[in-house]
Amino acid sequence: MTAITAKQAGLVSCHVCGLVSRRPASGDGHCPRCHARLHLRKKDSLTRTWAFLVAAMICYLPANMLPVMKTVTLGRTQTDTILSGVYYLFSHGQWPLALIVFVASVLVPLGKVILLAFLLASVHGRWTGRMVIRTRVYRLVDFVGRWSMVDVYVVTVLAALVSLGNLATVTPQPGIVFFGAVVVLTMFAAMSFDPRLMWDAAESNAHE
Amino acid sequence: MSGMQGRWLACHDCDLLHRLVDIPEGAAARCRRCGSPLYVRHHRALEKALAFAMAALALFLVANLFPFLAFEFSGSTTQTTLISGVEQLWQEDFPMVALLVLFTAILVPGVQICILLYTLLPVHFGHLPRGTVWAFRATDAVSPWGMADVFILGVIVSAVKLADMARIIPGPALWALGGAVLLLAAAASVIDDQDLWGLVEADA
Repeated sequence: MTAITAKQAGLVSCHVCGLVSRRPASGDGHCPRCHARLHLRKKDSLTRTWAFLVAAMICYLPANMLPVMKTVTLGRTQTDTILSGVYYLFSHGQWPLALIVFVASVLVPLGKVILLAFLLASVHGRWTGRMVIRTRVYRLVDFVGRWSMVDVYVVTVLAALVSLGNLATVTPQPGIVFFGAVVVLTMFAAMSFDPRLMWDAAESNAHE
Repeated sequence: MSGMQGRWLACHDCDLLHRLVDIPEGAAARCRRCGSPLYVRHHRALEKALAFAMAALALFLVANLFPFLAFEFSGSTTQTTLISGVEQLWQEDFPMVALLVLFTAILVPGVQICILLYTLLPVHFGHLPRGTVWAFRATDAVSPWGMADVFILGVIVSAVKLADMARIIPGPALWALGGAVLLLAAAASVIDDQDLWGLVEADA
């Protein structure tokens, strides 16, 4: 069984339509089928992924420390952060839902940042071990990220639904902006990372 | 060189070259080195996808026109539609979050359904519509941001949080949106990207 990559064969696969075509002698060229600009690997993958990760880390603290919403019921005011929202569900016996929200809102964003940093380090260090597992880790990170958006939607729905003037009102608070930013930035980070770089790095290491 | 195009596929995640081989209907091909999914094959995939997309459009319209939750507290009732949450955020001076919700929960799913119909309906009658390439490229660019399924989880969490203080009545839009999400997922799972792009290639 001969295993050869498109890159080694002098080919490039289109990142939009997947067509495999011959790599142009100079410049990037365009895909003959969908006309998208061809890139052998995602453009500036490592730099972009690091940039999005650092930006996400900066937003992570205010996202979790600032309140994301304020509830006023019959003159009583309560502000909630992401974590206190999870605790509310838990203390009201809704622990399956509390667990889902905790995983989606707290663990997933943090886990994404840590795992992507680890994958980036594995490219920089040209590690050769656990290639399949590292590729799977990337697919997982890329797949689960969107579920973190759930708390943004909760605040949206509550604010729209609970607007009864003095009786009961829910208003969004600045924390939700940072939280939304974390979700979007980590999604961009995952999209910018090119798992093929891990395989390239391992191959170049093996050939030395 | 053109003979080689289309008969080869490089793994999206590790770049290993694979020769496209016939696989049984209902099967999925995976990369032999890293295990990432390469392509799938379904019986009459495009027709199934078209049917799913048509049903999804009907339910998506219902989801946008009817309230998805009603909230009863001390004798007053408010109800909310998909778009009213976005309006509320905008009025409360959170324009970025409002646009994020508008884009991810409403626009992207709507665009995905419309593009499927715009391309697959003419294909069903034997021709490829103008701008198919651009339509497929647009789908490719926006689809990671379609989060109507996550939105439904958000609605459920909201309903549970309010259950203590008020009566929550699920509206028709909630069921419709759930149906639209499932149908869109079904459409996406039967079609393979290579089938769609193969249409473009056959037309050229």
